[in-house]
Amino acid sequence: MSDQKDEKKTNRRDFLFTATAAAGAVGVGAAVWPLIDQMNPDASVKALASTEVDVSSVQPGQSLTVLWRGKPVFIKRRTDDEIKKARAVDINDLKHPEKDEDRAKNPEWLVMLGICTHLGCVPLTDKGDYDGWFCPCHGSHYDTSGRIRKGPAPTNMEIPKYEFVNTNTIKIG
Amino acid sequence: MSDHEYTPSSKFGKWFNDRLPLLTLANHLTDYPTPKNLNYWWTFGGILTFCLITQIVTGLVLAMHYIAHADMAFSSVEHIMRDVNYGWLLRYVHANGASMFFLAVYIHIFRSLFYGSYKSPREIIWILGIIIYLLMMAAAFMGYVLPWGQMSFWGATVITNLFSAIPLVGESITTWLWGGYSVDNPTLTRFFTLHYLIPFLILGLVVLHIWALHVPGNNNPVGIDIKKPSKDTVPFHPYIVIKDAFALLMFCIVFALFVFYQPNILGHADNYIEADPLVTPAHIVPEWYLLPFYAILRSVPDKLMGVVAMLSAILILAALPWLDTSKVRSAVFRPLFRQFYWILVADVLILGYVGAMPAEGLYLLIARVATAYYFAHFLIILPVLGWKEKTTPLPLSITEPVLGGSPNLAAARSDEKIEKTIK
Repeated sequence: MSDQKDEKKTNRRDFLFTATAAAGAVGVGAAVWPLIDQMNPDASVKALASTEVDVSSVQPGQSLTVLWRGKPVFIKRRTDDEIKKARAVDINDLKHPEKDEDRAKNPEWLVMLGICTHLGCVPLTDKGDYDGWFCPCHGSHYDTSGRIRKGPAPTNMEIPKYEFVNTNTIKIG
Repeated sequence: MSDHEYTPSSKFGKWFNDRLPLLTLANHLTDYPTPKNLNYWWTFGGILTFCLITQIVTGLVLAMHYIAHADMAFSSVEHIMRDVNYGWLLRYVHANGASMFFLAVYIHIFRSLFYGSYKSPREIIWILGIIIYLLMMAAAFMGYVLPWGQMSFWGATVITNLFSAIPLVGESITTWLWGGYSVDNPTLTRFFTLHYLIPFLILGLVVLHIWALHVPGNNNPVGIDIKKPSKDTVPFHPYIVIKDAFALLMFCIVFALFVFYQPNILGHADNYIEADPLVTPAHIVPEWYLLPFYAILRSVPDKLMGVVAMLSAILILAALPWLDTSKVRSAVFRPLFRQFYWILVADVLILGYVGAMPAEGLYLLIARVATAYYFAHFLIILPVLGWKEKTTPLPLSITEPVLGGSPNLAAARSDEKIEKTIK
């Protein structure tokens, strides 16, 4: 009251206010985090992270859909014609440029998440303008490499981490 | 709002009221002065309160039989339909009640749009209403997931995937919402919890909505302020109570027609197939009340921008009190606005229609034009109209057109002699 200038200067009380508020914020954050994080995938969900699939019965041109982490995975044994088509595409024409060689290490086998990258529907196999996949929800067309060619989806269908354990078995995850 | 101080007549009443003035509140609610020219479009507030209570009561008893587990949810709903005493009735009332709730809320919203009820000094009432509307959509969406049918599952997948459009953190948010890597049991249990919670949040907001309403009082069909003290108002009870009750009865007839004669007409047959994460139904559509926004989402070819457009379509309503620059509230005195109002109504209906159709060819084109018009109405037409439009003269009081028999001022004033003879 007596000295107006003193009020404007940062004093020890201001420091106490700031320190208390900061400590309080950290405390509240620490208390709230468990309430938020409990909604993330739990240990039992994470434990189901990989699955092995026997693909010996799949003939060229056929495909298999398996469930991995609650999501469908398409395993397609492509015909020579389909591989040729996928590799003939000029990469500059693509909305999400990816070489087929990078998507299917073994050209005969295409393993990808069967989930439309638009809003998560399961596309229909061997349908659409590019003879690959077609999503019935909002009309996205994918080619024989699972790359987005037409429609609202922003990216190609995702390739999960997978490996051939032996010639007949694929391990996804 | 009552101008006089209220004193309970009984001694106990006075003792109680001095400690907790509930009787003063009850007195305020019965005596609350309402404009005497309120028409039937003003009865939907009461109808909506009825809808909310119906949903809470039927929902409460359904929750006694429903099991929120991915393996059991579908069969527990069938158990409700077949085994539980009156289970079919309770579920049909609850399911159709959601549609009736939205029917009433759309009429209530479009009433406000026509009579300018969102304008000063009622902006807060309006914004609270928009928040209630958003919560209603969240509650309806999560409720639709609970039966765990095909539409439940894929509707949940599509809507939760909207969040994946957010740059950088989208994927983590979606995983967090799901509690896994796809819609699954953790998603179902949390949706059930939130579906149970939201109606009570709505209830709290409804109290605020009504509280905020009772500060300035009701708007009315002529949209001018009530003169106080005047003959412009009648007490809420019995005048509005009886009118609301009659309208509610009429509404319940429509409600009952759906529940007893066409309980599934507003639903989708696909939802009587249990959820299957490997097969997406050929044609996913949301419930009818979300179709206009769904059409907006699909009309934009970019994922992120589609989501942004859909959310903006709802949030733009919150800015409406400032986008509409006209000082005149009621469309009755705004000849141009009135025409644009009906075009907007048609536009929203068209959006709803194309939202139910496949997103291709002509439907997509119509959806795009209608989406553009929707935004133009709020962002261009309304602000400009406020400056340019020549409004017709307002009456001096709401009694004037009432006694003149017409909201048209010229007609009312020429009948001034009649008014005098009545007096």
